[in-house]
Amino acid sequence: MSLDNILNNWSDYRKAAEDGGFYDSEGNHPYEHRWTMSINLDLCNGCNACSTACYAENNLAFVGKERFEKGHAMNWMRIERYWDDQEKDYPEKGASFLPMMCQQCGSATCEPVCPVAATYHTPDGLNAQVYNRCIGSRYCSNNCPYRVRYFNFYSYYDDAWPEPMQQQLNPDISVRDKGVMEKCTFCVQRIRSAKEKAKMEDRAVRDGEAMPACAQSCPTSAIVFGDTLDENSAISKLWKKHQVKRNVAHQDKENPEMRGYRIFEELNVDPSVMYLERVREDV
Amino acid sequence: MYGETTMMVNEKDINEQIAWAKINTDVLRSMENPRKSYWVAVAVCLAMVATAVLAEYIQYTVGMGVSNLNNPHMWDLYIATFVFWIGMSHSGTLLSAILHLLHADWRKPIYRFAEAMTTFSLLTAGLFPIIHLGRVWNMYWVLPYVSDRGIWPNFRSPLVWDAFAISTYLSASMLFLFIGMIPDLAICRDNTTGWRKKLYTALSLGWEGNDRQWRNFRKIYLLMACFLIPLAVSVHSIVSADFAMSIMPGWHITSFPPYFVAGALYSGCAAIITLFIMLRYFFRFEEYMTLPIMEKLAKLTFAIAMVWTYLNLIEFASVWYGHDMYNKELLIAKATGPYAWIFWSMLFFGSVVPFTLAFRKMRRHMPTMFVVSILLNIGMFFERWMIVAPTLSLSHEPWQWDVMWGSIIEWALVFGSFGWFGLLFLVFVKVFPCVSMYEVKEMVFHRSMSAGERDVLRMTDHAKPAKQTPGVEGA
Repeated sequence: MSLDNILNNWSDYRKAAEDGGFYDSEGNHPYEHRWTMSINLDLCNGCNACSTACYAENNLAFVGKERFEKGHAMNWMRIERYWDDQEKDYPEKGASFLPMMCQQCGSATCEPVCPVAATYHTPDGLNAQVYNRCIGSRYCSNNCPYRVRYFNFYSYYDDAWPEPMQQQLNPDISVRDKGVMEKCTFCVQRIRSAKEKAKMEDRAVRDGEAMPACAQSCPTSAIVFGDTLDENSAISKLWKKHQVKRNVAHQDKENPEMRGYRIFEELNVDPSVMYLERVREDV
Repeated sequence: MYGETTMMVNEKDINEQIAWAKINTDVLRSMENPRKSYWVAVAVCLAMVATAVLAEYIQYTVGMGVSNLNNPHMWDLYIATFVFWIGMSHSGTLLSAILHLLHADWRKPIYRFAEAMTTFSLLTAGLFPIIHLGRVWNMYWVLPYVSDRGIWPNFRSPLVWDAFAISTYLSASMLFLFIGMIPDLAICRDNTTGWRKKLYTALSLGWEGNDRQWRNFRKIYLLMACFLIPLAVSVHSIVSADFAMSIMPGWHITSFPPYFVAGALYSGCAAIITLFIMLRYFFRFEEYMTLPIMEKLAKLTFAIAMVWTYLNLIEFASVWYGHDMYNKELLIAKATGPYAWIFWSMLFFGSVVPFTLAFRKMRRHMPTMFVVSILLNIGMFFERWMIVAPTLSLSHEPWQWDVMWGSIIEWALVFGSFGWFGLLFLVFVKVFPCVSMYEVKEMVFHRSMSAGERDVLRMTDHAKPAKQTPGVEGA
């Protein structure tokens, strides 16, 4: 371990800390890709297929009813259900559904607070979570306004996948043990394999080639996923169409009729997920 | 300069006629022959620690879930108790360092145990960030040790600052406690036999009490005092940064550093009063831990209580007039929601109960003071709880609004920490002098000098405590 090594790592660290994933004043940025998502709430019918697909794809543990009620669930992709009118009875109550997962914030609040830098920003614009580095201080979850980080409060391996259920575990991704924080990765294993395939064939990643399990399984195609750095991708067009900008705390739209919005963007966390407002017939 | 000229004759902080040999024998006596009640207290503390160890064993093997922590409540009583104990540690420094620089010599009979309290509460506090980790065995990863893989901790994280601040403060306050004890350890060395003799011989570092040693001692003591004061202030400011650096409503508050420091001094002073009364009663230290000193301590606590109250009020006011939706709703929820009983008890114990300290009769009535000091600390524990829990219960995301009460495992660890602190303190009072003998002598000497009650020339012969034979006949 030479002094050089320390100094080199120090400047790497400083670089990472100062860049922070931001665009500079000339529009330069350190990103290779900018994976983002759009969720059309008008198309979402709350079927939970995305959540189920996420459980299957990412080796999420089933915690059981009792622990679910205690708040120990590991549902990276969860469908939040809000009632339009609490006073009324079903079906006039009018449920609204909000699929909620890690928003892969551009300036994520979870990143600076981790004492061991187990969560960091990748050149793909994702918040990576390094399970092996996590010591379980859980500060990241406390500082996440979306509360989409899930902690392994127990060791679930035996309960969640009894013989021969462990056969269906996804080999592309690890099974986390107790004491580790985890969260939605935008199915980083699928992105990784799409990128590797493109590299092998010496071409750019095609639009739609990397698709997370939730987007793939959505029966109404409410979830659109892609790279916003690719001008011709479907997701780029959606962001442009709905006039939602990145790196702002307040959207100033030319056409306020456009439905796109980002949740808690006023906190200046720059979420990567755009939601399209539900169209209501009675309004 | 040192004399309290406004004091009435019967209101002296300490009896100036008290013989130096008597000081020695009184303090040395307190370290000998533990009574039955001492062993009962040790047994109770051991039982509490054993319960906590069992709870931690269960939590370690089964998982953090047994503490009832859940998704919105990733932190709860562990962190609240951590802040509580860190706060407790501050008054030792206040008494030993700040009041030392201010030449407030009434601190002299009581600062030793307060300084010990600082060290032991830090040793207690330091356990909590460790036991609340999901993977305890990797805790050293927060330290910037030199790694082959070039992996560093995240220096932007307040938890890393915590690790630095607390370990620095702990080592500095331990050193300060030890250095301040050297002349006393020499007295112990000269008056004991057996294992104690060996221990004190090693610890007193060859103290002879000559001029050179005293000069160096004064210098290093002053230096450490100056070093410790900014450290004490920064430690609790950094602990408050655990909350203030986040973006959560109720945590992201600019006034948190002074608020935490005030709260820390507050609970520390209350704890000093509790221990003051216990030592005074159990060791019959009425001549050293006198009522006038208690009065001064109570006045100090009252002043700090008012500062704390004021900082609370400006926090409420800035939230109220700031019109930040999340913060305001959280404040309303604290006052009216399921945590309301804790919130209002905190304000009652922290801001109303201290008004008993404004009355002279109350200040001089030991049972009242004992109860009040305990109540103040219950209030301060509630304060820490109310900082940590409600923010997590009611943060930005409505889907995750929840109320959580800790399980028996969590409470066992909280109670166990009091047993651990008690155990350390009980060992301390029997192994080390919990009243500073040489400084009480100084105090008696200076006061009698300024009062002009004794022949100055005669006293200067005995001015250096080390030249006086510390035995019974040495007066």
